[in-house]
Amino acid sequence: MIVDGIGASVKRVEDHRFLSGKGHYTDDMNRPGQTHAVFRRSDSPHARIKSIDIAAASKMAGVVAIFTGADLAAEGVGGVPCGWQIHNKDGSPMAEPMHPVLAIDKVRHVGDPIAMVVAETKQQAKDAAEAINIEFEELGGISDVRAAIAPGAPLVHDDVASNVCFDWHIGDKAATEAAFANAFKIIKLDLTNNRLVPNAMEPRAAISEYDISSGEYTLHTTSQNPHVIRLLMGAFVLHIPEHKLRVVAPDVGGGFGSKIFHYAEEAALTWAAAKVLRPIKWTADRSESFITDAHGRDHVSHAELAVAEDGKFLGLRVETLANMGAYLSTFAPSVPTYLSATLLAGVYTTPAIYAQVKAVFTHTVPVDAYRGAGRPEATFLLERIVDVAARDLGMDRVEIRRKNFIPADAFPYQTPIALQYDSGDYQTTLRECLRMADYDGFEARRKAAAAKGKLRGIGMSTYVEACGIAPSAVAGALGARAGLYEVANIRVHPTGSVTVFTGAHSHGQGHETTFAQLVADQLGIPFNQIEIVHGDTSKVPFGMGTYGSRSLSVGGSAMVKAMDKIILKGRKIAAHLMEASLDDVEFKDGKFTVTGTDKSKAFAEISLTAYVPHNYPIEELEPGLEETAFYDPKNFTYPGGCHICEVEIDPNTGTVAVINFTAVDDVGRVINPMIVEGQVQGGIAQGIGQALLEHAIYDESGQLLSGSMMDYTMPRADDLPNILVGTESTMCTHNPLGAKGVGEVGAIGSPPAVINAVVDALRDYDVRHLDMPATPAKIWGIINAHTLKMAAE
Amino acid sequence: MPQISLTVNGKPASAEVESRTLLVELLREKLHLTGTHVGCDTSQCGACVVEVDGKSVKSCTMLAVQAAGAHVTTIEGLASADGKLHPMQEMFREHHALQCGYCTPGMVMSAIDLVNSHPDGLSEEQIRHGLEGNICRCTGYHNIVKAIHAAWFVMHGKEMPIAAE
Repeated sequence: MIVDGIGASVKRVEDHRFLSGKGHYTDDMNRPGQTHAVFRRSDSPHARIKSIDIAAASKMAGVVAIFTGADLAAEGVGGVPCGWQIHNKDGSPMAEPMHPVLAIDKVRHVGDPIAMVVAETKQQAKDAAEAINIEFEELGGISDVRAAIAPGAPLVHDDVASNVCFDWHIGDKAATEAAFANAFKIIKLDLTNNRLVPNAMEPRAAISEYDISSGEYTLHTTSQNPHVIRLLMGAFVLHIPEHKLRVVAPDVGGGFGSKIFHYAEEAALTWAAAKVLRPIKWTADRSESFITDAHGRDHVSHAELAVAEDGKFLGLRVETLANMGAYLSTFAPSVPTYLSATLLAGVYTTPAIYAQVKAVFTHTVPVDAYRGAGRPEATFLLERIVDVAARDLGMDRVEIRRKNFIPADAFPYQTPIALQYDSGDYQTTLRECLRMADYDGFEARRKAAAAKGKLRGIGMSTYVEACGIAPSAVAGALGARAGLYEVANIRVHPTGSVTVFTGAHSHGQGHETTFAQLVADQLGIPFNQIEIVHGDTSKVPFGMGTYGSRSLSVGGSAMVKAMDKIILKGRKIAAHLMEASLDDVEFKDGKFTVTGTDKSKAFAEISLTAYVPHNYPIEELEPGLEETAFYDPKNFTYPGGCHICEVEIDPNTGTVAVINFTAVDDVGRVINPMIVEGQVQGGIAQGIGQALLEHAIYDESGQLLSGSMMDYTMPRADDLPNILVGTESTMCTHNPLGAKGVGEVGAIGSPPAVINAVVDALRDYDVRHLDMPATPAKIWGIINAHTLKMAAE
Repeated sequence: MPQISLTVNGKPASAEVESRTLLVELLREKLHLTGTHVGCDTSQCGACVVEVDGKSVKSCTMLAVQAAGAHVTTIEGLASADGKLHPMQEMFREHHALQCGYCTPGMVMSAIDLVNSHPDGLSEEQIRHGLEGNICRCTGYHNIVKAIHAAWFVMHGKEMPIAAE
């Protein structure tokens, strides 16, 4: 019996190094002879570059080299590629304008890199970057999606008419129109999903090296998926074959999506390492992160829900404008489309759905996946319009949800928009969450708060999401330009200890612990006999990395598959040693046993035999015990659940205090409950941040006004409540672990629960909807306007 | 360039620094103590908190020359010589108060000052308020608050009431 196996809250093996200052983050590393790079960036949202004068800067102390877009273009360096292609309604492909590594002719957002200075020290590089003289012709920018598609708007790319990247749709339009024709009521809602800055605490950083003897490049970079960076940068930008390009993502200080993407800095640094023939290090300042890391969300939607008199949902139609920013980031086109619109059925039986998405270029930082990626946007829209429907119909918010839930016995459930949910039980997660949150006792708490002059409100969201991306063939058919399997290589050493090489990447998720528990459990060997290796293309065979809550469901399944091969080979060796037939040898609890006898061989005896094959079936079996598996998922996975939020508003100031937050999620198989709970709490903190605090604000022309942590409100300890987490799992039916995923559920389920609670607290102030973030100014304005109106009447 | 001497983690250290060099740059780049992190450039995040002459300080807000002669403790200086973790480090591990680990050194250093400066007791509200200057993007603070609460009892040699868990 393995005590540290599946289901145990094992303390994390990575913690000792992080707690004692011994982590190896990219910026902690230094290479002999290292130089430092600083980028000179555009401070204009949209301008023509008339001239770049590097003469004075080049002569400054410590400057090694200065490179501009022209230098890269002269050597045929490619543009930064996009990894997902969406097609328009008419079948034509999306507009995919060139994204130069360093700007050529024009800059298209504040932060667009124009030149890279390489110097002996970072300060010298900074000084020289400031001394580069650039002459701009200002062209005027736009940041708002509605303004960008208006006639006469300045074009982000000269070859993209009206700034529309693509105009896409999904669903049965005719069936949806018919549903609306029969509606008792049509609920209409306009909403904006606020733009966010991911702000992982570790700013992006990279160190590039080139070995002139071997012709090999090495890039250490803050990435969630080093193999994807190697693939995109090597094949499309720099034309370096895989065997000459090593990408390492060491300890990474948080990602939340923002470190999935291949960024221009990585390519510029790698290319330049072979020019200066010295290692080059670059670390972003936080202010630089704000204007270069891909942002999240920024959708403007109009939604209409057709309902019957009894509250049944008949049809849903949605039109969304999605901000792509100035260039297409790696997975940007997939976010508002296949990761969002396909989720519009939610947990409900709505029979007809039609969604249209127009993706729009603006003079802003590129927008891409941020924790939840598309699913928080869909969930916010749906869970808001369901609350508004309840209000407009005079129905209870719990009842309208229960009435429309997909029943637990209806799985597998085919939605009208592409997805087939494999399992779930939404009544149970709702019931448990109501119980844990003491929903029935709320009215008494509301009264008690009112007695203190506070407005108390409660809100919920019931949600499902699709993650564990994805069957490669399906993703390919939807426009992905990569496979989305995961890889595991399991190396059993002669004495029976194990090294696992995984293509998943840990940047806070605790994989070194969870995956070791999984392997300990399945191979029946002690937890401390297992080491997890990730994040280095020279060690791990291949991998697609960690995002979209896929590490356990896809990466863990690859490990199970590799372990199955190890066990089969072990059984063959054991059968030989014990002179039994293969069918009679079973593997259990770390032992190979001849069925029905007391004859057995320990795991370590078999591994030793594999490496010392003196008595061995050498004719049929190779020595050694190491197996690799690629696991391609059969479907997405569908975590879901219920989140309930309770807030108190101070009507004098408009401030919102989150008093209680309760979540009951169905995440499938749980390996380490402690880590799962932490993931949910962290996701909810980001969701509360989106709902109440965070907003990347641009002025009309594309200047970022909230460009530092002094201006952009990050959630702090005193902004957040204790977060009560429960799980009620149904198993995923199509992967060997039953795992669904937990990384994103918190950020997906929580924002509408918070806003539903705020709207509930303001129920005496005639508020139908309010967009995020629900800042004190916004709420005070609502209360004040209502008070003035009442006084006037 | 000025030459400065100071005591870091109980050992004498000296380095030549520019007058604009920050304390965090001295620690990370000259003394190779990379456990102290930089998470922002506006003194908001607290990833760089160290102890200077007994008080927690954001080492990005202090010039290296201002630390001349000071006693500085960084995250690397907390564990005892035999590798045993400080009770605050131990409680962070016990309560899963870290995920990516990047904010952790600063969070631990701030938390130790918070506990030391509240000998008579430390409420949840005081902990949350006391962490105003430290940003964590991963945990939602729930487990950090629990860890600091538990560490208060260990560091002040008191038994934690069961209900407090």
